[in-house]
Amino acid sequence: MPEPLIKIEHLIKTYFMGDVEVHALRGVDVTIQAGEFIAIMGASGSGKTTLMNLVGCLDKPTSGKYSLDGIDVHTIDDEDLAQLRNQKIGYVFQSFYLLTRTTAYENVELPLLYRTKLSYQQRKDLTLKALRNVSIEDRAHHYPNQLSGGQQQRVAIARAIVNEPVLLLADEPTGNLDSRTSVEVMAVFQELHQKGITVILVTHEPDISQYAQRIITFKDGKIRSDSPNPKYRSAIEDLKALPPLEED
Amino acid sequence: MSILAIIRIAFKSLQRNKTRTFLTMLGIIIGVGAVITMLAIGQGAKKIIEDQVNSMGTNVITISSNFNSSRSTASSGAGTGSLVKVEDVDAIKNQVKGVLYASPVVRSFGQIKYGSMNWRTQVQGSDVDYFYIRDMQVSQGTLFNSNEVRSGSKVCVLGQTVYTNLFGEDDPIGKVIRIRNIPVKVVGVLKAKGQNVMGNDQDDVIICPYTMVLTRFMGDHRPPLMINISAESKEMIPIVQQDIINLMQQRHRDTTSEDFWVRTQTDMAETSETVSNTLTLLLASIAGISLLVGGIGIMNIMLVSVTERIKEIGIRMAVGARKRDVLLQFIIEAVSISVLGGLIGIALGYIAARIVGQTMHWTVSVTAWSVVLAVTFSGAIGIFFGWYPAKKAANLNLIDALRYE
Repeated sequence: MPEPLIKIEHLIKTYFMGDVEVHALRGVDVTIQAGEFIAIMGASGSGKTTLMNLVGCLDKPTSGKYSLDGIDVHTIDDEDLAQLRNQKIGYVFQSFYLLTRTTAYENVELPLLYRTKLSYQQRKDLTLKALRNVSIEDRAHHYPNQLSGGQQQRVAIARAIVNEPVLLLADEPTGNLDSRTSVEVMAVFQELHQKGITVILVTHEPDISQYAQRIITFKDGKIRSDSPNPKYRSAIEDLKALPPLEED
Repeated sequence: MSILAIIRIAFKSLQRNKTRTFLTMLGIIIGVGAVITMLAIGQGAKKIIEDQVNSMGTNVITISSNFNSSRSTASSGAGTGSLVKVEDVDAIKNQVKGVLYASPVVRSFGQIKYGSMNWRTQVQGSDVDYFYIRDMQVSQGTLFNSNEVRSGSKVCVLGQTVYTNLFGEDDPIGKVIRIRNIPVKVVGVLKAKGQNVMGNDQDDVIICPYTMVLTRFMGDHRPPLMINISAESKEMIPIVQQDIINLMQQRHRDTTSEDFWVRTQTDMAETSETVSNTLTLLLASIAGISLLVGGIGIMNIMLVSVTERIKEIGIRMAVGARKRDVLLQFIIEAVSISVLGGLIGIALGYIAARIVGQTMHWTVSVTAWSVVLAVTFSGAIGIFFGWYPAKKAANLNLIDALRYE
């Protein structure tokens, strides 16, 4: 049994909204191997996004242990956490979070700027490679407001994978997209997964979770079910089944 | 992350808000421009005063009679003449080391006539040395010579102002003018010298041999004799000054208090320099206040900018920006505004100084150190006023920043 990519032991996250104590996570244990494709399901407030934030090193747990790729994340300081976010994790958000008035290319390049010792040429190569990986290179010099929702999400995915992370996290990546574009985006995730990236996505849409190979369900800050999904769907196949779209 | 990359990021952000960046910069531009202009004007004034002091001659030491001394009251009725004597000149010349030139100077006023023209001016008597001490040259004719001084010849050289008022454009050489009705031959016209430190016209003068002035114009009056001396070098001035004081005290031993003043050009230069330095400082501090206001403008805009870009900061942190990357980005943005504004301000200040110089006929000089000062100061303002907003940005909570709407 190889060392798991993610090992989480009794993770607890409590935060305060004003005076009210919110128990977002009430003790979560989960192990994820490299190369998995996982969907995390659950109603809103069930703690799935909180877990994603902790896994993505955007936030620190109240207690518990979390190790990512052999690093004990709960012990390291903010500086190293930033490095971890930069080098090992790619994060895709529901509302894309692209910098406005900044081209797609520059948005994708952004994480590389926070990495040391990269030449201009290296940055350019990596950026173009990431854009190609999500088939959006022809829109490289467009601004976010000139792109459709699906295209913006592709740019966001390109930014997430530009540093060749071991882990790709997506929080409701299809939440703001129509169903066809959602399937397109899922096809991108599946393709990246096939290239070897571990993907974890949070969704509340059962249709979307069917593209994952393992489904974890949350309820009230705890894992309620965790089961493999051997009959996962192929987004590419689904796209072919959909009626062709008239391109404008 | 390299500094260069952060600078690039900062510049990109500034470019996205061109109008705002420019308006913020304007405060600094005006501030630095004002400082540069004011310092240039101050420097110009200083230079004018320096030039005026230098126009008095080189390394000049002046001895004048002190009529307030006890000796002067004691002798006032006796008609013994000046307290400082013509003989003192020879003594100084012969006995004090480091004296290049020395000349007695005696001043009187008189009505001058030439044909139908009339002019009232200062009639000055001196030796030939005086022309060297005061660095006077003729534009027409010649200076009078030592023979003419010895014999008390009725000759004179005219200052430019006197010349134009008596002769207009005509050739004055060899013409006879009347000073207090005494006919005196014009041998030369001096080159223009302009105003002196006190604002007096140095060209409104007639210079004659002192021997002639003493006998013809002073009568039995006690002439207010002065001695102008030129030291060999600037460094020699204090030594020569002390030697002269010693010699004069020895020669005027019978006086109960000193009956002479010894002043040097350095004294006068120092006094006027203090005045112009104070003036420069005053002007620069007023301009400095506008620079401070410009700095507050930067802080204001940077605070707005941070609040407006909380989400951007969250995104940057999510993709790996560290606290200090964010801190640096915002400080560099502030410093870029202030330094760029500073550079433009220097250019504008330079132009403004030139315009002021040309309209007021002043030599204004933008000095290197005022430029260095302005750049350093505006950079410091950027860091100082950019620090607080940048710190605020860097200390944002990542999750809160990302969710900020």
